[in-house]
Amino acid sequence: MTRQYSALSLFKEGIAGQTGWEKAWRSPDPKPRYDAIIIGGGGHGLATAYYLAKNHGVTNVALLEKGWIGGGNTGRNTTVVRSNYFYPESAAIYGLAHSLYKSLSTDLNYNVMFSARGILTLAHSESAMETAARSVNAIQVNGIDCELFSVEDVRRVVPIYNFSPGTRFPVYGGTWQPSGGTARHDAVAWGYARAASRLGVDIIQNCEISDFIIEDGRCRGIVTSRGAIRAERTGMAVAGHSSVLAAKAGFRLPVNSYALQACVSEPVKPIIDTVVISPDTGVYVSQSDKGELVIGGALDRIPSYGQRGNLPVLEGVIAGMLEMYPIFGQLKMMRQWAGIVDVVPDSSPIIGESPLPGLFLNCGWGTGGFKAIPAGGTLLAHLLATGRHHDISRPFDLDRFARGRLVDEAAGSGIAH
Amino acid sequence: MQLFPCPFCGPREESEFHYGGEAGNLRPDGSEVTAERWAGYLHMRDNPKGPTREIWVHLTCGEFFAMSRDSVNHKVSGSSVLGEAEHGA
Ligand SMILES: [Zn+2]
Repeated sequence: MTRQYSALSLFKEGIAGQTGWEKAWRSPDPKPRYDAIIIGGGGHGLATAYYLAKNHGVTNVALLEKGWIGGGNTGRNTTVVRSNYFYPESAAIYGLAHSLYKSLSTDLNYNVMFSARGILTLAHSESAMETAARSVNAIQVNGIDCELFSVEDVRRVVPIYNFSPGTRFPVYGGTWQPSGGTARHDAVAWGYARAASRLGVDIIQNCEISDFIIEDGRCRGIVTSRGAIRAERTGMAVAGHSSVLAAKAGFRLPVNSYALQACVSEPVKPIIDTVVISPDTGVYVSQSDKGELVIGGALDRIPSYGQRGNLPVLEGVIAGMLEMYPIFGQLKMMRQWAGIVDVVPDSSPIIGESPLPGLFLNCGWGTGGFKAIPAGGTLLAHLLATGRHHDISRPFDLDRFARGRLVDEAAGSGIAH
Repeated sequence: MQLFPCPFCGPREESEFHYGGEAGNLRPDGSEVTAERWAGYLHMRDNPKGPTREIWVHLTCGEFFAMSRDSVNHKVSGSSVLGEAEHGA
């Protein structure tokens, strides 16, 4: 059986009629006991499984997914990877993710198609330019590559933008992270799953959690649709359902669930070779390798677990996009969908042991979980293996809400969630 | 566009409304409130999946009210003026 992906194995399998490929990951039945359980087969859960095995040698691990892996927010996001954050704590966590993304294809032996095509955040007013200058200073001090862009710079990078006089969203400049970009979301899930499975992790799909096993005040495992599974340490990475699982474990989280919408157009020839974000209209646009324009918007402001999204936000996104890029006026939109995101008051993630000892959290990434997958996995794996925080995850513990030490990125970097 | 029922104005478009929080999240009273209790009031949420009762404001008339809704299928089962359960005694 062919295990390693390479040009040579591709050639050999081509000659052999593609008959020798091994399945990308095993699908074993769950065992009654593991060293650690991970709930959630999205990017964060799968990355946790991989780094538990790779960084800590903990391979007797079950990863449980109620549906299919990568079927939640990992498969629904707009695949942007960036680390241009305001606070040093955030720069550390997103910077870790970004640096791991750069070498992820080699690390996993799976092409995640990470493309550092640059990320442009537009400023539509003089005051927005002042804020942009402040952001760029802070981001540079954090050691992250970022530049302040003039109108001429924007014109050079996005010539199709509507620069005509009298436009509703004039450009005054923007901020530019040249090393930001996109990665293929499904490949991130599948690559981590394959690599984790090869290291011995059991990936179990169609396995829903019905309850936690709580003995002597500790989480000792879980009850699932496929029987009880015990472990002394359990991690959950279930964005969009964090509050639902927390309620089963007997605590509450500072999380509100909202729908975040996105849509794609029919495929067209290359027209935009970067990621452009407009905080004022809430619209961001990039083009996939297939040629589809991938368009995202701001949150629906209605608490929701329905993975559809409501019309007013979609209408605003499309209207904003057409004003900014009149050239897209004749495009046909192919699909629209929504994912349910965990929105936290300070727009920063929650990582750490939960109020139920033995149960560890990775949640609250809001609208930006995809870019953080390698870091979320590394940090939750560290917690599950050692029982202690990594230096990078310590500021993001749940205790910050009672201590008042928030990492307020909504105020700092002006992100939408 | 979904219609939400304002108890004062009747059914109006969803974009005229703003979410104001979960009903029954009462502000702690007294001088001896722990940091955990404050955090609970300010930040911790039930965030239920399914039937939920929430405070909304109709921006057009400026009135706050309670609305019962399903957070999965978005069906609204009713709305009412604020009572003691939402205000505290
Ligand atoms: Zn009204």
